[in-house]
Amino acid sequence: MRVSRHWRNKLFRYRLVGWRCVSCGAFHYSKPLVCKRCGSREFREVELPKTGKLLAYTMVKIAPKDFKDKAPYLVGLVELDDGTKILGQLTDFTKEELKEGARVEAVLRKIREDGENGIIEYGFKFRPEIHHPP
Amino acid sequence: MVKLNGVAIQGYGGYVPRYRIKAEEIGRLWGREKQELPIEEKAIAGLDEDSVTMAVEAARIAIRRAGIDPKRIGAIHVGSESKPYAVKPTGTIVAEAIGAGQNILAADLEFACKAGTEAIQLITGLVESGRIEYGLAIGADTAQGRPGDALEYTAASGAAALLIGRLTDDAVASIEAWNSYVTDTPDFWRREGENYPSHAARFTGQPAYFKHILGSINELLNGDGYSIKDIDHFVFHQPNVKFPLAVAKALRLEREKVSAGLISGFLGNPYSATSLLGLVKVLDEARPGDLILLASFGSGAGSDAYILRVLDGIVEKRERAPKLKDFIERKIYIDYASYARFRGKLRLR
Repeated sequence: MRVSRHWRNKLFRYRLVGWRCVSCGAFHYSKPLVCKRCGSREFREVELPKTGKLLAYTMVKIAPKDFKDKAPYLVGLVELDDGTKILGQLTDFTKEELKEGARVEAVLRKIREDGENGIIEYGFKFRPEIHHPP
Repeated sequence: MVKLNGVAIQGYGGYVPRYRIKAEEIGRLWGREKQELPIEEKAIAGLDEDSVTMAVEAARIAIRRAGIDPKRIGAIHVGSESKPYAVKPTGTIVAEAIGAGQNILAADLEFACKAGTEAIQLITGLVESGRIEYGLAIGADTAQGRPGDALEYTAASGAAALLIGRLTDDAVASIEAWNSYVTDTPDFWRREGENYPSHAARFTGQPAYFKHILGSINELLNGDGYSIKDIDHFVFHQPNVKFPLAVAKALRLEREKVSAGLISGFLGNPYSATSLLGLVKVLDEARPGDLILLASFGSGAGSDAYILRVLDGIVEKRERAPKLKDFIERKIYIDYASYARFRGKLRLR
């Protein structure tokens, strides 16, 4: 079950590729039949920007079963540079860097592992943006 | 010695994870004093990183520098001895994560620490023959040393990627020649199903590292009119700080010709990525016109040596993405307990 779900969503998890409603602009990470916000049936494939800012965050210490081996971990709400808001795990943060408004970038990380012999689910997490001169 | 014609690095990327452990902290457990330790500190992949995620990170940087559509990449070869799957290629995951197409060649390579430089040979062949437009050669490892073993002080994590294509005016560096030198040498190995490698200590230096690196370099230089004094930067595989400096001494090189490519003192030895990360650091600093000699070493054993000529395109392209220095400087120190957890030495189930 989990293998097929991971496979189905991998474009979104690997590269933030999803579907934007042509009439209202709502973003969907898998292609829906009708837009959850306006009911439209027209979508176009989009690749979201990989950078944005952290709006809010929390630390998960008591994790769901599948994530127990990764706890404690941070989850954040990020506003990407095109305005899309997206939830994701945070990684590689120091205490000092962890504040609302911090610039972040999406990187590929291991999200969860189905035991020692199951599939490894890779997907995006947000880390502090590494600045470089333009 | 193989001479190449019209093949160049169009983009390059190095990735080093954020976590560092000091050799002193490892030595604390095993009763080693500071002066006995082979390096200062090493880079460690986080709990959510492996050779796949690091390969992707390095590849994305290389593509950003090259400024090309990933759909034009025709082959991805990843060299690693720490694949997260024993069976399931790393190259396919990298391909999807960077947005490459599906009609491409993706294959993984293994040759201890030289699997990454082998990838360059395969990609240059495909580019030169016109079978592909661009290809990615990647070295990525989360190297493991058995707790308490000498390797534990140096076995590190990192990745480097070269995006190789036809020689153009805006290329980063042309790849002019290569040579490979291999023998069956029992210096270091890991049997199927084993978590940690083993090594026959007496073979590590002279019969393995030095013989192969010097063998490979000598043939490359003898074969094609390059002389040591023409070369501006030398990058060697570096299992520790001493070995590359000993090669420099054997070749009678000035210190400044090797210093830019030295990384093991503060990053450790991320196996397949080591010599390539040394190259990345040199490319971050080199001037157009500089000649670079790169020589990897992989146990078992062999060495690949390359001659590269830095081109004008480097000046603009290297500014397009983070440099190795950006990753080297953003470090978080961890203690042995966190290291044990991050590297799977502490089992939670």
